[in-house]
Amino acid sequence: MEGVGRDFVLVPLAVLLFVGAHAQSDRHKADERVVRITASRFEYNPPRIELKKGEPVTLELISLDRVHGFNIPDLGLRADVLPEQSVRVKFTPDKAGTYTFLCDIFCGDGHGEMSGTLVVKE
Amino acid sequence: MSLNRRDFIKLATVGGAVFSSGLAGMHAFAKTGKQDAFYFVQLSDTHWGFDNRKFNADPQGTLPKAVALVNELDPQPDFVVFTGDLTHTTDDAQLRRKRMAEFQEIAGKLKTGNVRFMPGEHDASLDGGVAYKEFFGDLNYTFDHKGIHFIALDNVSDPRARLGDSQLAWLKEDLRQRDANAPIVVLTHRPLFDLAPQWGWATQDGSKAMALLMPYSNVTVFYGHIHQEHHHNTGHISHHSAKSLIFPLPAPGSVDKKHKIAWDAEQPYRGLGVRSIQADMPGAAFELSETSL
Repeated sequence: MEGVGRDFVLVPLAVLLFVGAHAQSDRHKADERVVRITASRFEYNPPRIELKKGEPVTLELISLDRVHGFNIPDLGLRADVLPEQSVRVKFTPDKAGTYTFLCDIFCGDGHGEMSGTLVVKE
Repeated sequence: MSLNRRDFIKLATVGGAVFSSGLAGMHAFAKTGKQDAFYFVQLSDTHWGFDNRKFNADPQGTLPKAVALVNELDPQPDFVVFTGDLTHTTDDAQLRRKRMAEFQEIAGKLKTGNVRFMPGEHDASLDGGVAYKEFFGDLNYTFDHKGIHFIALDNVSDPRARLGDSQLAWLKEDLRQRDANAPIVVLTHRPLFDLAPQWGWATQDGSKAMALLMPYSNVTVFYGHIHQEHHHNTGHISHHSAKSLIFPLPAPGSVDKKHKIAWDAEQPYRGLGVRSIQADMPGAAFELSETSL
């Protein structure tokens, strides 16, 4: 993992600030792809993410309810996903393949099936 | 289950343990009569309170059926251990306690008076084990039985699936008092090794516990969580998971997405079962017998 950062903004007011801040951020880094992912009991949205090998990406995660985990064991990437602040996971996938990401912080009935798929294409 | 299946005994040797299956195997254990030999029973993942008939058409009957099966054994096991997920999780603290009380009442019908409990994440992760401790006592503990030292580890009350530094220090201190060749049995809910981390079948700091256990020559781990029989060796240490008593899960990594296996009306209780473990003293390999419900 190249880096994990957090935006310390508050919900609900911060929702607009969050969007605005990142629109600006995206302009500054037009070549960097940002994929926004929400976590809520017991799913990720989107549940499937497609990336290109060698293309730097930032996964921007926020929870809609409680603390969740975001873990891709096969890539050695993980982060806590919090309800009131986004967390960024920056990395450059260097190997094509299909990887499972899962919640690794027990969150209730259905936790065991809270997972998604990350596909890295050539 | 047919009589043929009950009477079927298959012996194999994997990782220093001898295996058999079938109720006849359990009765054979019970009647060996070897001096110092004893056996105990492992029950796991009962998930009392789970009620989805697609996956178990008899959710209130499965645990009593297992209790009745164990009560048939003559002589009785020295003790029974439940390796976690006694109850199915709920956000409702009152309902959690109701499920624990009901589970406790049913488990109280086991004829052997010696029953050991352990938490699973469904019992203890949402409240840090508060309710579990009210009903069943400590989350981690040790006991000795006929020359074997048993260590029950808690890798569930931390919702991040960690043993934690404090418990690891406790384990280290406990092991410090053992001889290098002492027979040791470790009981856990989750596997201590990375069985399938992409399915959550691992303990985040399990490798630290394994590092503490590795210097000891006679260690065996029994665990639950994965709802199926599985055997694995980490060096000289063998790990054996037990079947569930509510629904089975697929073999590790065998499907893209983990899912419960549906109830099969043609083969009710398929994949659910009870394990008995024979210990021939001192330090001999354990003999495991798996019995389907």
